[in-house]
Amino acid sequence: MEKFIKLTSSVVPLPIENVDTDQIIPARFLKATDKNGFGDNLFADWRYNKDGSPKSDFVLNDPKYSGSILVAGKNFGSGSSREHAAWAIDGYGFKVVVSSFFADIFQNNALNNGVLPVVVSAEFLADVFLTVNTDSKATLTIDLLNQTVTNDATGKSETFAINAYKKECLVNGLDDIDYLLSKKTQTEEFEKARV
Amino acid sequence: MSKTLFDKIWDAHVVSSVENGPTQLYIDRHFCHEVTSPQAFNGLRARGLKVFRPEQTTLTADHNTPTINQDQPVNDPISRNQLDTFASNAVEFNLPLYFPLGHIKNGVVHIIGPENGFTHPGATIVCGDSHTSTHGAFGAIAFGIGTSEVEMVLATQCVLQSRPKTMRITFNGKLNEDITAKDLALYMISKLTTGGATGYFVEYAGEAIRSMSMEERMTVCNLSIEMGARGGLIAPDQTTFDYVKGREFAPKGAEWDKKLAYWQTLNTDEGAKFDKELVFEAADIQPMITYGTNPGMGMGIAESIPTLDQVDEAGRISYQKSLEYMGFAPGEKLEGKAIDYVFLGSCTNGRIEDFRVFANYVKGKKKADNVTAWLVPGSWMVEKQIREEGLYDILTEAGFALRQPGCSACLAMNDDKVPAGKYAVSTSNRNFEGRQGSGARTILAGPLVAAAAAVTGKITDPRN
Ligand code: SF4
Repeated sequence: MEKFIKLTSSVVPLPIENVDTDQIIPARFLKATDKNGFGDNLFADWRYNKDGSPKSDFVLNDPKYSGSILVAGKNFGSGSSREHAAWAIDGYGFKVVVSSFFADIFQNNALNNGVLPVVVSAEFLADVFLTVNTDSKATLTIDLLNQTVTNDATGKSETFAINAYKKECLVNGLDDIDYLLSKKTQTEEFEKARV
Repeated sequence: MSKTLFDKIWDAHVVSSVENGPTQLYIDRHFCHEVTSPQAFNGLRARGLKVFRPEQTTLTADHNTPTINQDQPVNDPISRNQLDTFASNAVEFNLPLYFPLGHIKNGVVHIIGPENGFTHPGATIVCGDSHTSTHGAFGAIAFGIGTSEVEMVLATQCVLQSRPKTMRITFNGKLNEDITAKDLALYMISKLTTGGATGYFVEYAGEAIRSMSMEERMTVCNLSIEMGARGGLIAPDQTTFDYVKGREFAPKGAEWDKKLAYWQTLNTDEGAKFDKELVFEAADIQPMITYGTNPGMGMGIAESIPTLDQVDEAGRISYQKSLEYMGFAPGEKLEGKAIDYVFLGSCTNGRIEDFRVFANYVKGKKKADNVTAWLVPGSWMVEKQIREEGLYDILTEAGFALRQPGCSACLAMNDDKVPAGKYAVSTSNRNFEGRQGSGARTILAGPLVAAAAAVTGKITDPRN
């Protein structure tokens, strides 16, 4: 996994609530047996017409907006447990998703792929949407070590919560599986003790 | 100290705890399907790892499978490749409990698990599928995981989880006649919204829950995830034990007696504290339908869609987008509206009882000509039972056909896709945009409302 420490980037705004995993990556794209190429189908039904041409009114097709931070409305990632949603977001090039609320499984999946979900207050979120509305190149700065997110145009800043262990994993680029493998003896002892 | 049911099971599965971090939780049963597992097996291969406890993983092909001609090779080459990969992974990693298409134990993962006795009270159960919460009906901690976690379970039989908060939802009193478990669940989700239980594990309690069959309890627990909950569970009781006893992979003999004695201790102690408690009156629940594009957008079948001023300001853009997609107007009534498709099936309502309810209603009636009906049993065992109980004859007489088991139109990965713009009354669990096919418009409902719609061709209150 890649390390994550600090990032300043312009953002892609998606002011829609309850964006579910079927929108992030529709089921028909889940037939692959590897993790590659999902970025091309991120938000496919919102992004492309039936004939595959881009829909000009969708934000990913708007040349004004770019960057490695996706900013979305409340309850992002609800629905299915498909990790393909995290692979699609990562594959497209997003390193951070900012929202006022995330669905549980999505949050876990994102973290397991080095994508940082940043939970902000509803006010902060509204402020970001307002800022990028007037200046599409406005940036956010995410500082993982200090756990702060800053709207660089307005100077507004908030701290965000992240589990200390998960933070450590991201900062050092470590996976959960490394930890679990190191506990194998303990797992075997647990198994013996319960019979 | 008094403990909740959740606490008792969780505490019995803690292997270790990370300082300031998550818990290493031991997993008793892992269910696995073809769509969310290939990358996990790739991961094992890349790291040179074996499966740690092969007999604790049950594998079934269900998500990306056709519901006709299952005895023939799958047409779509990409789907076929995914199924072949699944089969070869089962062989390469020596997994004995692999049930391919056509096998009598094959079917939707959350249906074959309980039905074959893999699902036990007090167990920890995971699967790369969010509706794993279904198994909570047996008094188990069951939840969906991502593919990275599937890899962890295969490699170590453990996952790392932060302890969720606990919530108890009590349904006082009895359900009215003709109100199904699905109605109860859709009612609850409409009250809580799709994010209302995020971060929580829910215990369902109260008379209405206690008097439910295992099938009905599974429907309720299945839908826990639709209000954001990590999972839902119900304390095991005689109904549970009777269901589990004698099933192929259930404990037997002395082992059964020992397990049963333990299972009987699995309930929430008097005075145990939940982080949140909610109480509903079962008698308030009417037949339910959804009108929008998430399961929280539900209402009584005779009610009207909320008007814009009844919606939170921040949610109005999404609300309007949702109604636009559905082709409905704020304030509109849906009863009497024509529909095009009916889907009976999925891990929510693809069990034998759902087919009984459906068949009982359509008996002696005829399917409406304007309706395409997909009746998809949740498993081959359900299919067999449908025939044995004579439901098959009732259904065919009423003009319905039976398809072969699988997830089918629940997620429309196969050819069972509802065309753009068409309305489907569906007993599945998600009405997200495009869930049942690009542009498809899903109205979620229970098996009884689905049966009434299939017969009249309209949204119909089954009590009339
Ligand atoms: S029936 Fe639907 S919800 Fe259930 S496991 Fe299959 S795809 Fe998932």
